Amino acid sequence: MATKKIYLYPLWLRIWHHVNAVLMLALILTGVSMQYSNPDYPLIRFDIAVSVHNISGILLTLSYFYFFLGILFTSIGRHYVMKQGFFKAFFLQAKYYLFGIFRGDPHPFPVNAERKFNPIQQITYNVIQHAITPVTFITGWALLYPETIILNVFGYSGIMLTSLLHVAAGFLISVFLVIHLYFITVGHSVTSNLKSMITGYHEIHEDEEKDSIENEEKSTSENTGKSN
Amino acid sequence: MKHWLRKRPAGWVALTTGFIPLLFAIFLSFGSEKPAVTIDGESKQCLVCHGSHRYELTDTLTGETVTMKMHSELQIDPVEYSKATHGAFKCTDCHSIDYHIHPHPVSTKFEVNYTCMDCHGGDETYASFNFETIEEEYLKSIHATELGSEFSCWSCHNPHTYRLSDKEPGQLINRVARNNSACLHCHGDINNYAVLIEKELPDLIISHDWLPNQSLHFRKVRCIDCHAANNDSIMVAHLVLPASESVKNCVECHSTNSILMGSLYKHQAAEKRNKLGFYNGVIMNEAYVIGANRNYYLNIASVVIFIMVLIGIAIHATLRYIHRHGKHGN
Repeated sequence: MATKKIYLYPLWLRIWHHVNAVLMLALILTGVSMQYSNPDYPLIRFDIAVSVHNISGILLTLSYFYFFLGILFTSIGRHYVMKQGFFKAFFLQAKYYLFGIFRGDPHPFPVNAERKFNPIQQITYNVIQHAITPVTFITGWALLYPETIILNVFGYSGIMLTSLLHVAAGFLISVFLVIHLYFITVGHSVTSNLKSMITGYHEIHEDEEKDSIENEEKSTSENTGKSN
Repeated sequence: MKHWLRKRPAGWVALTTGFIPLLFAIFLSFGSEKPAVTIDGESKQCLVCHGSHRYELTDTLTGETVTMKMHSELQIDPVEYSKATHGAFKCTDCHSIDYHIHPHPVSTKFEVNYTCMDCHGGDETYASFNFETIEEEYLKSIHATELGSEFSCWSCHNPHTYRLSDKEPGQLINRVARNNSACLHCHGDINNYAVLIEKELPDLIISHDWLPNQSLHFRKVRCIDCHAANNDSIMVAHLVLPASESVKNCVECHSTNSILMGSLYKHQAAEKRNKLGFYNGVIMNEAYVIGANRNYYLNIASVVIFIMVLIGIAIHATLRYIHRHGKHGN
């Protein structure tokens, strides 16, 4: 089947993505090890887990700002912008993942040079990157310098609330990671998304492109009909 | 800024969805202290000299007066003394009556100081303190075995300022600081240390450099929480251990079976889990200890959510496989 390659993942983004993945894994493993520490069943020795967690957290903060500047000052940023009609598109994509994917329906938002992410990816990545990750590193830095934390918040220990927020955000990231790993396999083939993140090129297959054109035409004709 | 954001919509998304404000409002609780007692007239006479840095001595024959420096060991802060556990005592309740004579006669130099057991041994009034066990534990401690008669109760518990504060309400951090100051009196001061032992004083910062978040540990837990063996029958551990036998395994505190519940938080109403489901919940009035303050309900919720996600993925993957397999089969 004929394919077309488009360069969607520049090197700076791939480096960030893979470094981020390693740091997230290190943080989750060491975080779980500390949170569920047990003298009889140590996952990672506590002091080692603390050091690795602290260093990875510092690097994750730097990595976040590298990514933040990247999306601000390169054209990649446009893929994260949620456009008008987002929620309708979101439900269309959710319907596809829940039902259409099993029936072999065409992808409602196939990847092309102007649309790297479908609406679910868009909102997930935005929430993870711009809400949950900042919560983890802001609370993480606060816990690294606990003297900066307010002692008592409405009768509860400020450190306890900060830790709770930190752990909850970390947990959400770990859930995201599992789903994200699974979605690697939801490409044209099981490994095509993985290859794209290594080479930077996304393969557009003829049938996908056909679907894409069909969809675009469909939506164009619908819009024309409405305006008439 | 507006124009800049319009040109960079990704930045707008990042700024609006990110950076959630975290914490607000301060409510600090201040604990009460033992009320000061009135010092009796006889003791006030002693404090004319011993409550100051300098004192005057008059030669009764010539009438000549000299001003002399009071040795720091012999100085007593009247305010601290009035608040101390033994602050209601007259000086001569514990010291020789000969101290009424000025200058003090040589016989006072041979005075043998009382120890805790001289008054409290077999004392029914203070039976709950278990002084006998305290003595047994102390005699096994590194202080007793290494220093012998050089060391006594008073080496740590200054009789003129000592306060029974572990059960007092108030911020734990202040009680920790007060407790640690007794250790640091020698272990943080070469002059006081050298009086007791001819050994190089270890630098506490260096000898504790293995400890993550060192300053936080120093402020939030007492030296004895790691350096003394707990004994359930006494309120405060007195069996001070050699450095090599002290707690160095982080998870002894950072776990649901935290030893801190048998030491630093011993006096608080202890329950395995509090109403909100936090293990060792009493610690959270003052601090948060990773691993020790995990939450029962959140643990269950997180495991359930994780399992549901994995089941969801497994079902999704299976249905995809069946579809793909069927398509290829057809």
